Amino acid sequence: MNLEAIKSEIEANVPGCRLELIANPSPSGQHSLLLDAEHASAVALYLRDTPNLRFDFCSNITGIDWPGKEVSQKIKVRKLVDGVEQEVEETRITTIPGSLEVVYHLYSVEKKHGPIVLRMRTKDRDAGVHLPSFTPIWRSAELQEREIFDLFGVLFDGHPDLRRLLMWDEFQDYPMRRDYVDPDDYEYEPTAHDAVLQRARQHLSQANPVQPSEGEAR
Amino acid sequence: MSTATLAAASLNLEPANESGMDQLLEIAMGPQHPSTHGVFRMNVVLDGERVVRLKPVFGYLHRNHEKIAENETYLGSMPYTDRLDYMCPLTNNWAYALAVEKLAGIQVPERAEYLRVITGELTRLQNHTCLIGFLMQDMGASGTPLMYAFRQREIILDLFEALTGARMMCNYMRFGGCRVDLPAGWLDQAKKVVAGFPRFLDEYESLLVSNEILMDRTQDVGVLSKELAISAGISGPMARASGVDYDIRKVDHYSIYDRFAFRVPLGSHGDVYDRFMIRLLEMRESVNILQQAMRDIPEGPIVDPKTKIRGFRPKPGEAYGRIEGPKGELGFYLVSDGSPNPYRYRVRPPSLINLTILEDLCLGRNVADIVVILGSIDIVMGEVDR
Amino acid sequence: MVGEGILKGLAETARNFFGSYVSKDRLTTVQYPEQREPQIEATRDFPFLVYDGADWQQGMRCVACQICEKECPPKCIFIEKSKDKKPDAFGKMQIYPATFNIDISVCMSCQICVEVCPFDAIKMDVEYHQSSDDRFGALLLNKQRLSKSNEYYNAIHPTEASAVDAQRAEELAKLEAKAKAAAEVKAAAEAKAAADANPALNASPQQPAGDPQ
Repeated sequence: MNLEAIKSEIEANVPGCRLELIANPSPSGQHSLLLDAEHASAVALYLRDTPNLRFDFCSNITGIDWPGKEVSQKIKVRKLVDGVEQEVEETRITTIPGSLEVVYHLYSVEKKHGPIVLRMRTKDRDAGVHLPSFTPIWRSAELQEREIFDLFGVLFDGHPDLRRLLMWDEFQDYPMRRDYVDPDDYEYEPTAHDAVLQRARQHLSQANPVQPSEGEAR
Repeated sequence: MSTATLAAASLNLEPANESGMDQLLEIAMGPQHPSTHGVFRMNVVLDGERVVRLKPVFGYLHRNHEKIAENETYLGSMPYTDRLDYMCPLTNNWAYALAVEKLAGIQVPERAEYLRVITGELTRLQNHTCLIGFLMQDMGASGTPLMYAFRQREIILDLFEALTGARMMCNYMRFGGCRVDLPAGWLDQAKKVVAGFPRFLDEYESLLVSNEILMDRTQDVGVLSKELAISAGISGPMARASGVDYDIRKVDHYSIYDRFAFRVPLGSHGDVYDRFMIRLLEMRESVNILQQAMRDIPEGPIVDPKTKIRGFRPKPGEAYGRIEGPKGELGFYLVSDGSPNPYRYRVRPPSLINLTILEDLCLGRNVADIVVILGSIDIVMGEVDR
Repeated sequence: MVGEGILKGLAETARNFFGSYVSKDRLTTVQYPEQREPQIEATRDFPFLVYDGADWQQGMRCVACQICEKECPPKCIFIEKSKDKKPDAFGKMQIYPATFNIDISVCMSCQICVEVCPFDAIKMDVEYHQSSDDRFGALLLNKQRLSKSNEYYNAIHPTEASAVDAQRAEELAKLEAKAKAAAEVKAAAEAKAAADANPALNASPQQPAGDPQ
């Protein structure tokens, strides 16, 4: 199955949709299609219902967190320095906005082909974390989208029951995000070293800000 | 205060209609309920004995396996995969190794593929044996069928121990092969075990299959339609019991399954009885595959010599690898950014996704049927909660 | 006939019950502390450190390279390097672990430490009676508790240990041959030098004896 062909077929049949082919450099060769959020449901329905495609089995849904990055570039700029125009090297920092990505692996039980990999990206990682839910199209998305909401914080519009799946309901943060900070709840760790040891020390210093030697008997 | 009033006080009672004549009863089955195969809770709303609503509650065994794996080297995650579905560690190892091999483009030597098939099918045998034992236990056949199953399972676990060093936490597969070769005499022992397995299956079948109580409890209970099974991503024996002809061993042609002649049993009703029978039939097919594999296994290296154990860094990219695990489609999705740790590591847990339709199967049934339906789905909480 | 299936099943249980008096594979129960199942050779549980010879400090194979510490998935190994050196089994001066702790309440017996060790210094034990009422101290194994002799290793994993021993013997033989060849070359050169001119100092450098701990 040729992803290019599928892409042009979808573009011909779903008016207005913007697809982008994301190449995968690894030997697995599983290239993917980036969908735009507005037309994602229409594309998904097309993939599911077209007789020659029939991707009726949504096998796996994954969230991936891509935090924003700052890329510093050194560029040469012509500038007036002390009245003389000179070429000066400047560091320019460009910020690449982060996003949350959701990856779908679809197979066809009827045609026995696949996988086709779809991806969607949120606008940013704060307010714009909305994506359309595929649960009305494939029931198997129900628990997996709940899990992604739970661990990554993607809000799936149209999901019938978007609650936390694995963490408890009162939990605030999203643990699978790259910038998640573990709570400071340390047990005794006899072989602690490196990062663990540092955090254990930090925890101990916070727990006992006053060292016992400083007077009061504990 | 009597026990009954104490229990009633802690329950959330809500009237079903204005008159308050019919009262719905909300009870929490689990997380410590013995039938839930671990720590799993179902919030069940009952109208008398009938299930009106059922909401599964997950997460009691959640340790964020995926996050741990992202901070671990590729090899370092291998022993953690044993602990996902702890009933079948070897297939978990296999799926993970397969995904990494796809990601890095590693070839697996012939003998290692045979070793993987042999250990994988033995895993399927012991998983299905136990599952049937647990299912009978859930139905109230306490002890006997489960003990027979465990007796048989122990023989297979002894084989695992002799090969990998551990009964359950095997940590056996490596990227590009397997860790150790067969010890002396292992193959003969395994051949003996596999040759004796059909006799056990015959016994098990005559013990259970035509039992009228079992039929009453399971036939037309928890019927899953073919359409719902496909849409809900149900895989493995559970989907095949509903007539979905989808076996990844046949579809994906992964490893060397093309070389073996075996059939894929299919159910027609999609009820608990079909799911039970499918597993019995699948075990016979696994015995078939095992006999062929143990006859044909060649000599040779067991691991790809080019793959390093330490400092393994696949090139950037991503891969999804899946196998037909005993519980269904077990997949691993990996994203590499070129560092020694995976950037993203995702397990596609068949146990969790097969639970999607738990409520659909239980609606309108009696409380006692929930236990049977849940038992027939075959879940292991280590994999559901990860 | 209703009940036929149940009767069939009962016949099966009866066969198993009475069969257990004659057939050993139908009766698998073992009366645990008094009776034991035979040990399976490949069995592993927690790691231990192998030493050669009689003295555990002198013969310790570990050279504190800390590879196992880095590769250990749950990070249950803690190593501190020594300041001084001692000769290893091949006579080469090596540092040794001043501290080597394994927290077996964290260890998950995956044996990755064994796989990555280039010195055959860490191997898997079979001692599973580790329960204790001391949560921390008893489950934190120090260097002394971890050290076990090569004879013990040979006793618990004979096939694996003999392969390791053979490989080490081969390595040692190679090293000796190399040292011998080097010594011959050196002697020849010295003889030549002595013959050439005035007698030079030809004392070979003596290695100081290692002083572990």
